[in-house]
Amino acid sequence: MSADHGVGEVSLRRARWGHGETAFWLIAIAAIFVFSDRYLILTEMAWLGLFALSLDLILGYAGIVSLGHAAFFGVGAYAAGLLAVHGIVKEPILALVVAGCAAMVLGFATSFLVIRGSELSQLMVTLGIALLLRELANKFSDITGGFDGLQGIVIDPILGLFSFDIFGKVGFIYCLVVLFVLFLLARLIVHSPFGLSLRAIRNNPLRAAAIGIPVNRRLIAIYTLSAFYAGIAGALFTQTTALASLDVFSFERSADLLLVLVIGGAGYLYGGLIGAVVFRVLQDMFSSWTPQFWQFWIGLVLVLIVLIGRERMYRGVMWLPRLAMRRMTSLSRSAS
Amino acid sequence: MSIRQKTLLRVAAAGLLLGASALAAQAQDTVKIGLIVPMTGGQASTGKQIDNAVKLYMQQHGDTVAGKKIEVILKDDAAVPDNTKRLAQELIVNDKVNIIAGFGVTPAAFAAAPLATQAKVPEVVMAAGTSVITEKSPYIVRTSFTLGQSSTIIGDWAVKNGIKKVATLTSDYAPGHDALKFFKEHFTAGGGQIVEEVKVPLANPDFAPFLQRMKDAKPDAMFVFVPAGQGGNFMKQYAERGLDKSGIKVIGPGDVMDDDLLNGMGDSALGAVTAHIYSAAHPSQVNKDFVAAYKKAYNQRPGFMAVGGYDGIHLIYAALQKTGGKADGDSLIAAMKGMAWESPRGPISIDPETRDIVQNVYIRKVEKKDGELYNVEFETFKDVKDPGKTKK
Amino acid sequence: MTALLTILFDGVAYGMLLFVLSCGLAVTLGLMNFVNLAHGAFAMAGGYICAVLVNQSGVPFFVALPMAFIASALIGLVMEQTLYKHLYHRNPLDQVLFTIGLVFMAVTVVDYIMGSSQIFIHLPAMLEGQFNIFGIGVGRYRLMIIVICGLLTLGIQLTLANTRFGSRLRAAVDDPRAASGLGINVPQVFALTFAFGSGLAGLGGALGAEILGLDPYFPLKFMIYFLIVVTVGGSQTITGPFLASLLLGVADVAGKYYVPKLGAFVIYTVMIVILIWRPNGLFGRVAQR
Repeated sequence: MSADHGVGEVSLRRARWGHGETAFWLIAIAAIFVFSDRYLILTEMAWLGLFALSLDLILGYAGIVSLGHAAFFGVGAYAAGLLAVHGIVKEPILALVVAGCAAMVLGFATSFLVIRGSELSQLMVTLGIALLLRELANKFSDITGGFDGLQGIVIDPILGLFSFDIFGKVGFIYCLVVLFVLFLLARLIVHSPFGLSLRAIRNNPLRAAAIGIPVNRRLIAIYTLSAFYAGIAGALFTQTTALASLDVFSFERSADLLLVLVIGGAGYLYGGLIGAVVFRVLQDMFSSWTPQFWQFWIGLVLVLIVLIGRERMYRGVMWLPRLAMRRMTSLSRSAS
Repeated sequence: MSIRQKTLLRVAAAGLLLGASALAAQAQDTVKIGLIVPMTGGQASTGKQIDNAVKLYMQQHGDTVAGKKIEVILKDDAAVPDNTKRLAQELIVNDKVNIIAGFGVTPAAFAAAPLATQAKVPEVVMAAGTSVITEKSPYIVRTSFTLGQSSTIIGDWAVKNGIKKVATLTSDYAPGHDALKFFKEHFTAGGGQIVEEVKVPLANPDFAPFLQRMKDAKPDAMFVFVPAGQGGNFMKQYAERGLDKSGIKVIGPGDVMDDDLLNGMGDSALGAVTAHIYSAAHPSQVNKDFVAAYKKAYNQRPGFMAVGGYDGIHLIYAALQKTGGKADGDSLIAAMKGMAWESPRGPISIDPETRDIVQNVYIRKVEKKDGELYNVEFETFKDVKDPGKTKK
Repeated sequence: MTALLTILFDGVAYGMLLFVLSCGLAVTLGLMNFVNLAHGAFAMAGGYICAVLVNQSGVPFFVALPMAFIASALIGLVMEQTLYKHLYHRNPLDQVLFTIGLVFMAVTVVDYIMGSSQIFIHLPAMLEGQFNIFGIGVGRYRLMIIVICGLLTLGIQLTLANTRFGSRLRAAVDDPRAASGLGINVPQVFALTFAFGSGLAGLGGALGAEILGLDPYFPLKFMIYFLIVVTVGGSQTITGPFLASLLLGVADVAGKYYVPKLGAFVIYTVMIVILIWRPNGLFGRVAQR
């Protein structure tokens, strides 16, 4: 990003769909066929990626930090669960939207508390809200099932056609499609004038206000949207696992989410998705290697990422594939 | 920025490829057991005791039964139910396990239940204690205990022993509510009176204000249920507040006096009366051998979670013996039903109708033996079934 | 009335404990602008060191306490010199990632060495039980906490206000560049302060084992509480977190005593209300942007 180019030009270039992006989604689709024995963990990556995307919307684009995003995830999860248990909305996609809206309402209501204050108080207010919700869900155990979790969740087939199978194939494809659609929407939004104004606010709220951007209203809007995304992620979680228990609100879930996004890098939409894949792969690798002490290795990786620096680390990781690529191109050149 | 983005995208692709897991080759003559327990997080000590006990049993009894090699695959679910579900599913579908076992908390046991039914794989519950678990699938068998078993017995005992007024302090989550409900039913039916009822938040660093309420209520005894692990903290503060000297006794199900922690609690625990299924001081040869072997292997006293794991793996061994090595779900469950054996905790059996455990419940008092604290059993209630089901 | 005073006493003791535990975090945050989520790990280290000294080596409790302080301070100093020092100017999110990583590692290492069960420190008999003053129940152990923490707070306050080191420290907080221009060795001030904060945490861990319990997950379990104290108190002064700790301690204990049904909600609600009322903490100055 050099200042020589006009802002409009830069943002236009960014908005263009790149080859890397095509490759990313092709690989995601390929995963359906390649990793047919790991659908469940792929599904987890998909909803975690969506969840991280929702945090990226506020953190990467508007500069709002949150340590309580699980609040919206949890509301979405319980909403989807309750809709299914009581048979209010049977069709999963419709239920997804309703659950997302439930989280959105909460997001709108709490946005007023969050957007003011320093980063630290944002962290703590969001965290406090999530923990309060967890306690509420525990108190109203006749509605939520309390600590044991919501019982009797049965999810109907999607559109009445595709029912969820034990291998999780349908679940994964479903999550992937939802993720893709919402990703496109998010991409549209962040590259729109609205998205650009958010970035202006993130970089300098005072200046943004001075050029006539309604700072608070924009922040409320993106926070509400982010809550909607998180709610959808929660609903996907419930629909694919048929579970909703108190830990959807837990501090660990919010904290892990922040880790996921920071690993992948905030502010370019793919960070959350990549972070989700990396985090889950690491977790799965370490915990099947040493079920008791895997946290140590995760911790070590986090520490190393920071010490070495993300950029340098990725360069290291990409060294071998790049070398292979270079060899390939030079080979093909010499052959022709 | 844009170069970095592209690089990252490529990294993601590499990551996806790395995520592949090798499909374990399935040999005909092994029986695989997927052991899913919390090995990290707040419930880690539960998982470790179970894992230890299973390893100990396999050391003692070898790893072949009825010509089959037993292979245990340990997985950590950190007591989070969606992890449990994913791990159980992957174990069943990919690793082709014949049995899933473990389950540190009730939601985890619930999460795996539909998979057990769908795949016809026995689910051996070694820790979780909510009554209804075994009703969630016809393939669930339990070798731990239910809170009803110990809570009703202590209620009856309190009535018989002249305790009239009781204040209760229970953790505010499902097992706590279970314990309270069963105790209250039996205690008030016998003419007892509950003078104060306090529910303590699960994540609770300081018991002081709740204990002060107990003290103000001036009961004859206080009924306590806190999850395994918080018992030590509780007793420390109980003594600190001078409740031991004011004559308010502690009664309750035995979780609060877990053998695992008992010795660290100090003399304030002396005299506490609890009803439970296992004490490390149980005076049988089987138990003496078990405790000695466990201490030798892990330099630690086994608690009731360890016994749940020890009996769980024994049940699997015995069932395989009985089926002659046939390891399909239906034969195993059929073999497990009605199985009876001598466990370190005493004689136990599996109820053929409910697949739940039937066992003796002992009333114990904390006493000092050879400079260490033990729950010494002084009264036995024989063959107690889960009261949550006998009522129906 | 006496019940009220007993509760007040318990609340003050609890608050004092919270203060000693989170004081170091407030300092690192206010002073170096460093988000040290691994703060609880130092507290845990102090607690375990004290427990091993008392239970296994038979060191008297009152000797083990200062040793826990010194040991944690040394660990803090080493960590500051080798790791933290390089991260002061990094983006706060990287700091979060780094310190959470440290917490995970600390948790597993302690779990590996000491086992995952809770452990207790054997206390001398004189600290057990309660005595009565005019009908008010006074716990001996809690009284000791109040005395120790009260003296510490006084000491810290006097050091900051009256000593040369204190004025250097304050100068370094206000403007590190100007301070180093005046010949103050700012990195050294930072290192010493970090070590002292870690030491305090270690002492708090040792003192708190009796009341809060001690197991390998201590740093994760109480991270939230430390953060609440620092956020509510503001990280610019020492008085802020001190008063915030007292307020939260008393509110939590009193809330649980008088309305036990809402026990779990009190501390979070108090925090949210205060932060909405004063977004930079009760005693925080206006954020410097």
